[in-house]
Amino acid sequence: MAFLKIENLKKSFGSSEVLKGISFELEKGEVLAIIGSSGSGKTTLLRCLNFLENADSGTICVADEVLFEGAQNENRQSKRLKSANDIRKKRLHFGLVFQNFNLFPHYNVLNNVTIASRLLAKEQLKQEYKRIKNDNKGDAAAIRRLKKECKDKTINSIETNALDLLARVGLKDRCKAYPCELSGGQCQRVAIARALALSPDVLCFDEPTSALDPELTGEVLNVIRKLKSNDRTMIVVTHEMEFARNVADKVIFMAEGVIEETGTPEQVFLNPKSEKTKAFLQKDIENDFND
Amino acid sequence: MSINLLSITFLQVTRELLSGFGVTCLLFILTLVLALPLGLVVCFGSMSRFKPLRWLFRTIVWIIRGTPLILQIIVVFYVPGLLFKVPLSSRFLAVTIAFVINYACYFSEIYRGGIESIPKGQYEAGQVLGMNKTQIFFRIILPQVFKRILAPMSNEVITLVKDTSLARVISVVEITKISQQLANNYAIIWPLFYAGAFYLIFNGLLTVLFRYLEKKLSYYKI
Repeated sequence: MAFLKIENLKKSFGSSEVLKGISFELEKGEVLAIIGSSGSGKTTLLRCLNFLENADSGTICVADEVLFEGAQNENRQSKRLKSANDIRKKRLHFGLVFQNFNLFPHYNVLNNVTIASRLLAKEQLKQEYKRIKNDNKGDAAAIRRLKKECKDKTINSIETNALDLLARVGLKDRCKAYPCELSGGQCQRVAIARALALSPDVLCFDEPTSALDPELTGEVLNVIRKLKSNDRTMIVVTHEMEFARNVADKVIFMAEGVIEETGTPEQVFLNPKSEKTKAFLQKDIENDFND
Repeated sequence: MSINLLSITFLQVTRELLSGFGVTCLLFILTLVLALPLGLVVCFGSMSRFKPLRWLFRTIVWIIRGTPLILQIIVVFYVPGLLFKVPLSSRFLAVTIAFVINYACYFSEIYRGGIESIPKGQYEAGQVLGMNKTQIFFRIILPQVFKRILAPMSNEVITLVKDTSLARVISVVEITKISQQLANNYAIIWPLFYAGAFYLIFNGLLTVLFRYLEKKLSYYKI
């Protein structure tokens, strides 16, 4: 079975149906590019995968685990009851890089990358502390020492990992800087490192270069390109056709809430079957000329 | 007060005013310490998704902000006695309660403005990173809110210093009350100005403190 499997995903906002039954599969290590004009539901699809929106119906499976299964008529109350902690855990299967970065302005670069891991580790440490307490009943000094060792080790490994990731996006030397001191491209690279810190199964990019000046998009796209490896599955919503063509293993063209065309980059870009895809790609070429 | 008729030295006035200023400061600090967290509670109430709760808190805020503080002090002090035959034993307590409620309501609106001004993306970034609601609020949102509301807060806090003078309507002996008494008893006006200098210097210090805080928080931009 495919690593990521989406089946018949639907989502409406009020009376407007934004996703009209999206289905696709992705193997581990594949890069999927989603293209399409604004309002075609690309972003909503990513938001549903990350549980920022609750899909109305359909299924989402990652590595044989069903993360979401919604019937059309399930009442909202029971959905809400299920949520909170449950959804929090499911979210960790996916990472999301936002169009406008959404870095935390009051934390420096390193803290931006480590904060989520530190908070998660805190919860695990609590259990570890309990174990230490039980193993060393009465020996207060030993408990304190072991607790500290345990904590230091965890924090150290989190920071080492974060510095590694920052090195990979080329920003290790800026780890003490604050987001307001960075350029847009650097911010987005930090955001990528932040999303990677939790090592999600599937990393999603929501138009990662749309908020950037043209001269800054290159550095971000290069980072994404370099991330491509055998075990990193990525979904990139993008308007950068060149990038989609060169990096993606699979391209989906979305229009009006449905998948209009899907295939390898060659199939979609060179031999589009659907009229809508042809029109969209034609327009893109014209825009390039006008630029 | 043990005062010789018709003559009082500068030193004696200073001593009298200082004792009143102690009461003023105590009222100021108590109000601040209690109203800052209570304001956050009121803020949560007025932003609640549960409609009845939201309307309850919004009505309270409307009433408190819509009526004079001086009236609220009188109500808190006299109404429990009139209604339930249990008069409030301490004038200072009554004034403190009235101030805390009043300022909590003003603070709550400042908090609300601050919280609502934080972009939705900050919440979403926290959610995507697997944080729970409490973590998002206290680690991501509140620190940024704190920076944003510093200026309106400094306004409110400085107003509070001066509002403490209203405590005299139920005869709490704070600095304005004392200066008035001195002025009446000795037919001299300068103790009033002298009391004013106390407020001025205190607020000057607060202004410096707030400027310092703003500077401390200027290491990042929102």
